Order: sequence, then C-alpha cells, then structure tokens
Amino acid sequence: MSDMTTSMTPGSGGRTEQLLFHESTDHHPANGTLLGFWVYLMSDCLIFACLFAAYGVLGREYAGGPTAQEVLELPAVAVNTTLLLLSSITYGFAVLAMQRNRQNPMLVWLVITGLLGAGFITLELREFAHLISIGAGPQRSAFLSSFFTLVGTHGLHVTCGLIWMVVLITQVLKKGLITANKRRLLCLSMFWHFLDVVWVGVFSFVYLMGVLP
Amino acid sequence: MSAHDELHAHDDGHGHDDDLGIHATLSGYMTGFVLSVILTVIPFWLVMGHVITKSSTAAVIILALAAVQIVVHMIYFLHMNAKSEGGWNMLALVFTIVLVVITLSGSIWIMYHLNSNMMPSMMDPSNLP
Repeated sequence: MSDMTTSMTPGSGGRTEQLLFHESTDHHPANGTLLGFWVYLMSDCLIFACLFAAYGVLGREYAGGPTAQEVLELPAVAVNTTLLLLSSITYGFAVLAMQRNRQNPMLVWLVITGLLGAGFITLELREFAHLISIGAGPQRSAFLSSFFTLVGTHGLHVTCGLIWMVVLITQVLKKGLITANKRRLLCLSMFWHFLDVVWVGVFSFVYLMGVLP
Repeated sequence: MSAHDELHAHDDGHGHDDDLGIHATLSGYMTGFVLSVILTVIPFWLVMGHVITKSSTAAVIILALAAVQIVVHMIYFLHMNAKSEGGWNMLALVFTIVLVVITLSGSIWIMYHLNSNMMPSMMDPSNLP
C-alpha cells in the first residue's frame, strides 16, 4: 500500500512525509457483493412500486369487462401464497445447512425450494391461461392490463430465481461449498426472500383488496 | 484468491462466515415463518370468510397486516438491521421506502383527482363547446 502511495505522488522526492491523495484505509464494508446486490434489489423494488402504482390507478377500470371479483380466485391464491411462504423457510434451512458447511442437506433444501417455486409458477401460469381462455386477457381492460403486468413481472422474477437455483446447484455440485458459492447462495437468498416480500404486497393489494365489494 | 477460497472450503466452519456477514439462526427463521403464517392467514380469513362487511375497514386492516408482514420478512428472512453492511443497507432501504411512498401515494392521489375532475360530464361529447 505504501508503495502505491509513493508512486502516486511524483515530485515529492525530497519530502520526508508523503502526500496522501487517497484514503489508505477501507471505508467500504468488507462484503461489497452483498451490499451491491441489496442495492440492485432496492432498484427492483422501485420497478414494482411503479407497477403497483399503475395497478392502484387502473385496478378498478373494468371497461365493461369482467371485474376483479369475478375473475380472481382466492383459493388458488391461498395455495400459491402457501407455496411461496414454504419455499422461503426451506431456503432458510438451506442457508443454515450452508453455515454448518453441510453440502448435501443444503442441496436437498435447495431442490425442495426450487420445486415449491416451480409449483408456484405452474399454478400462476394456469391462472393466466384460464383468464385468457375466458376472454379476460391483458388486452380486455385497463384493470387486466395492469394486473397481468404486475403479477407477470413477479412471476418472471420467480422464474429467473428458479433458473439461478439450477445454476447454483450445478456450481455447488462441481466446486463444492467454496466461499464464492456461499456468497452466491446468500445473494439468491436475498433475491428469493425479496420476491416473497413483493408477493405479500401482491396478494394483499391486488387479490384481497381487489375482491372487496 | 482461489487458493484463499479453497482454504475456506476445507475449514470446519467456525467463525469463517464472518466474511459473509450474515448470521442466520434456526430460531430466527422459525419466528419469522410462524409470524408470517399468522399475518397471512388473518387477511385471507377476513376476506374469504366475509368477516368485515365494510370494504374500507377491511382494506385498511389488510394493508396494515401486509406492512407488518413485510417488516417481519425484512428482519427475520432478509436479516435487516441498522448495523449490517455498516448501515449502508439500511440507508438504501430508507431511501427506497421514501421513493416508493412518493411513487405510490403521488400516483394514486394525482390520478384520482384527474379522474374525478374529468369524468363523466367533461367526457360527454354534448358538453364540449
């Protein structure tokens, strides 16, 4: 470090003390990746805020088409919420297994999490297919446009999370529980729990409040 | 760096998660899970069981429960606290919450007023000059 400082202050040959143009101690946190990923999640949060705002404005504009009460099915949403909540806690178990450096239990919990997430996506796609088949597609009304955009964007994030999970499982199988893989696992952990937080907003704001008379 | 990683991989896992910054515990995850199950079941029960007839009251309760559940998830699942990452996590979160509140309340407020000022008399073609 001191070599670098010297080389960065040309012409200070005669001086006894060095000129410091930079701070030689670390001010950033020790773990930059997790903080950077957190900042990404916060920017993602703003995307969802815009979509929620669009739904908040347009959610009751049915254009003579089907209303939220008619097309939203709460039992299916309850099952979906259960799946996502369970996948959150199973991911937690995977992180706990990782902390104790137990690779196989961690992989098992990761696979269970992935299956629960896949179940969530399957149910959501079936709901979308059903809506489109009864003529309540995104082109029908402003309500349905904003509904499909918001819920679809969340579903797309969950799909990306599933792909990431498959990649991570492959990486752990190839390289083991090295520090880089642990870091990736913690990033995906934040991503996954963040999606659960967004889903709390979706089922409360879109589904439960949507079907209120 | 990779040699460093390998070194960590073969350690027995005592105190080496310090560099990863997160200390998850089973009790923490279980507390969060039980709380979020309760906070999920109540609003579903309220709506599906038609417990509250007044829509506005139900909406306020649902939103309040959702807000509490989001805080629970933040603390127990996302391990948020004022000290993690030297406080920068919390700073980014607070900034985001401010932007989210402005976006949501601002959009809904302005568009509600635009709607009520535009409709339906001004939209009626016979009223146009």
